Amino acid sequence: MLEYNNKLSEIVDHCISNAKKKGATDVEVGILKSTSETVSFRNKKLDESDRSENIGLSLTAYVNKKKNSVLSSNLNTDNLEKLIERCVEAAKITPEDEFNSLPDEELFFKKSDELDLFDETHLENNRKIDYLKEAEEVAFKNKEIVNTNGSSFSESKTEVVLCNSKGFKNGYKTSNFSAYCEVVSKKNGSMERDYEYTSKRHFEDLLKPSELGSNAAEFAIRKLKPQKINSGKFDIIFDKRISKNFLNYLSSAITGSSIYKGTSFLKEKLNKKIFSENINIVDRADIKRGNGSKYFDNEGVKIKNLSLVNKGILNDFLIDTYYGKKLNIASNGRSGGTTNLYFENGKKDLKDLMNSSKKIFYVTETIGHGTNIVTGDYSLGASGMMIENGEFVYPISEVTIAGNLNEMFIKMVLANDLQFNYSTNSPSVLIENMTVAGK
Amino acid sequence: MSKILKNSELDISTASSIVSNTLNKCDDGELYLEDSKSESIILDDNKIKSSSYKSDLGYGLRAITGDVVAYSHSSDLSKKSLNESSKNLSSTLSSSNGTYNFEIKKTNKKYYSEKDPIEAKNFESKIRILNQVNDYVRNKNSSVRQVTATLLGEHRSIEILRSGGELLSDDRPLVRFNVSVLLEKNGRKESAVYGIGGRQNYDAYLDEKNWKGVCDEALRIADVNLNSKPAPAGEMQVVLGPGWPAILIHEAIGHGLEGDFNRKKTSAFHDLVGRKVASEGVTIIDDGTLENKRGSLTIDDEGTPTEKTVLIENGILKNFMQDRLNARLMNTRSTGNGRRESYKHVVMPRMRNTIMLDGNHSQEEMIKSVKKGIFAVSFGGGQVDITSGKFVFNCTEAYEIINGKVCSPIKGATLIGDGPSALKEVSMVGNDMMLDPGIGTCGKAGQGVPVGVGQPSILINKMTVGGTQL
Repeated sequence: MLEYNNKLSEIVDHCISNAKKKGATDVEVGILKSTSETVSFRNKKLDESDRSENIGLSLTAYVNKKKNSVLSSNLNTDNLEKLIERCVEAAKITPEDEFNSLPDEELFFKKSDELDLFDETHLENNRKIDYLKEAEEVAFKNKEIVNTNGSSFSESKTEVVLCNSKGFKNGYKTSNFSAYCEVVSKKNGSMERDYEYTSKRHFEDLLKPSELGSNAAEFAIRKLKPQKINSGKFDIIFDKRISKNFLNYLSSAITGSSIYKGTSFLKEKLNKKIFSENINIVDRADIKRGNGSKYFDNEGVKIKNLSLVNKGILNDFLIDTYYGKKLNIASNGRSGGTTNLYFENGKKDLKDLMNSSKKIFYVTETIGHGTNIVTGDYSLGASGMMIENGEFVYPISEVTIAGNLNEMFIKMVLANDLQFNYSTNSPSVLIENMTVAGK
Repeated sequence: MSKILKNSELDISTASSIVSNTLNKCDDGELYLEDSKSESIILDDNKIKSSSYKSDLGYGLRAITGDVVAYSHSSDLSKKSLNESSKNLSSTLSSSNGTYNFEIKKTNKKYYSEKDPIEAKNFESKIRILNQVNDYVRNKNSSVRQVTATLLGEHRSIEILRSGGELLSDDRPLVRFNVSVLLEKNGRKESAVYGIGGRQNYDAYLDEKNWKGVCDEALRIADVNLNSKPAPAGEMQVVLGPGWPAILIHEAIGHGLEGDFNRKKTSAFHDLVGRKVASEGVTIIDDGTLENKRGSLTIDDEGTPTEKTVLIENGILKNFMQDRLNARLMNTRSTGNGRRESYKHVVMPRMRNTIMLDGNHSQEEMIKSVKKGIFAVSFGGGQVDITSGKFVFNCTEAYEIINGKVCSPIKGATLIGDGPSALKEVSMVGNDMMLDPGIGTCGKAGQGVPVGVGQPSILINKMTVGGTQL
């Protein structure tokens, strides 16, 4: 059993027995409580401070195969009483769905190794300000950096407790520290912005402020005086900041709901090759201090480690209880989505990829939402750098890149520069022969 | 009388004295109270997939000195919690010596009813309509594979308690009805979404003619896309249809005219007031006063009455959109654009209903004048990089134009342009201005707020179309 707050524990117990008394046959209650403090800093001084205390309770009542949910931030007894009443009454008149149910008991999370997801370090606001001040000072050492869009530092502590009427009850604490720095560069009438971001469970694992500032400055400066290139076919390298999005597209295309409903370009692809045989994709929740690590999913189900893609072959879907029952497979603990999702490292150095042809478009930023998970069609605005003979030669902006994810996945080549900076992580990715629209 | 505090242990005089003490030496600030109720009912895959009701109550205490903002919010409406917030603010603004700005305009106008749409229609009848929608869509077209229909309703009461005890309040209804369909024909699948909504009761949007209209439109768009061919790639002329395609204006120019980016000089427009930023004949306003519209507000989230703000008049940049903080620092007045997603968020200048007004050309005339280009009728979403001015939006229904004629439909593609120059490339403004159907949500710095857009058809001389066909 993990540690959790006694007060919250009493509230969830009370809610469950209350809902049962009112006629619920099964109940699930979760509470999420968080405190966070954010400080923003701009042009050498404090810009904004924000302190927040949030609490949210969610309760789902089942009346046999009917269900309804309520959510509230107001935990006073009278209010909860009214809401539970409303919830159970609404459940009674909601049409039945034979697949509605709590998870099967044998799938409940029971115990696990300590994942070290909570760092009790508390930084007073002036220490946060010192961090941001140093980051900005380092960025402003470059004469092209003329302004900032603001830097910010956040510290948050979260507790979750989840309980259901089949006997599952557990909870745990997590912490998060993050820092963001966005600067503006200017030269001969051209103005650009770029940023660096760092986010960790433990304070000591964050990027050093000087690194945050110098990276942001470097990125903003290299974008100055961009050119719009002629339309044509180009090999494209996706920077790590962007290539991780491919994993997000993959995960939304292989969730139980999109597979069951057929709203996915990967619907028929289980046990088939969707990437080249060098590519492996893993999702695991048990990485120590991992940004995406958790002990159990949103329904209390233990989270299986998944080798989603093995040697290019799609091995698994992301399944929760409801779609698991519809598809007749057991939940693998993905109510709430993926955890720490990543491509295993490729074989080549980024340098080798950059030298793989004479002219390569290196994409550092995409803009827009032009990815269609039903068809796999992909079309986004992009900016970045032109690489010629392995060297960066000039920045590029106001162009689009387009293709289809089916084809792009198969053609992907991975570099060996994977780092665990986010909950979803990818090395740099090369895709040959994509359409770039420019002039 | 505070309606929101009535049911809490905190009384108005205690709250008021904490607020006055906290803001004593500040330039501005307030206690923002919010009591919101919302519901969502989703029909998916022939079943009511989920139905939920949310009740959220909380406050945000804000103090401003110079250009520094301190904010503290909590869902615990108690004296203890408010005192802690006050202490947190005072310690952040330790060196404050501001002069409180008491001035705030009053209004008697109301642009929507106070009624709670959730309670005005019973739960069973909402479920009945969703089931009717599902049956109608599935019976109408045999290629339908999936239907998702959603009802979203919200009622938000806000109160703004200012230093000295002044209390301003607003009650805001908001509903939205959405249908998304997936069609499959000859091995090809396409989906489409359509919706309507605004600040009225459900019944204003859910009579049979209305909901069938939404279903028909979703089916029509998906069906068009089943026959679409790959989109062209490169720079070409673009005709935009009226209504929702005005997200072009929202992205290309709207965000760049928000006060914060201009006060901080990070917007590409910050030094262009009085200068020509669009073709002659282009007039753009941001209007919070349209009755029952999704982006309308009687007062903004700082208590300022909203208005119709002229942003661009006949091509010349006239005004930025301001909240109180940025207006004070730029020596101007708030235009009633101070908005926040909820009590958990700080105020920022945000758009309301952003509209390009009519010109005198017909859509037919525009299409006839195009040799090679595209006719874009409907869009998904858009995005902008304020600093560089580059913006994109994604077509969800578009056609090729060849020699003045609308030809075959093309697949969804991203269009990209440069904000400060895009509106100078507008060569014809249509006479068929339309508002969007009431579906827009704008995201900025992690906060989503409901907005509206509108425009007549327009012809843009060149934009880059992000298709696959060279």
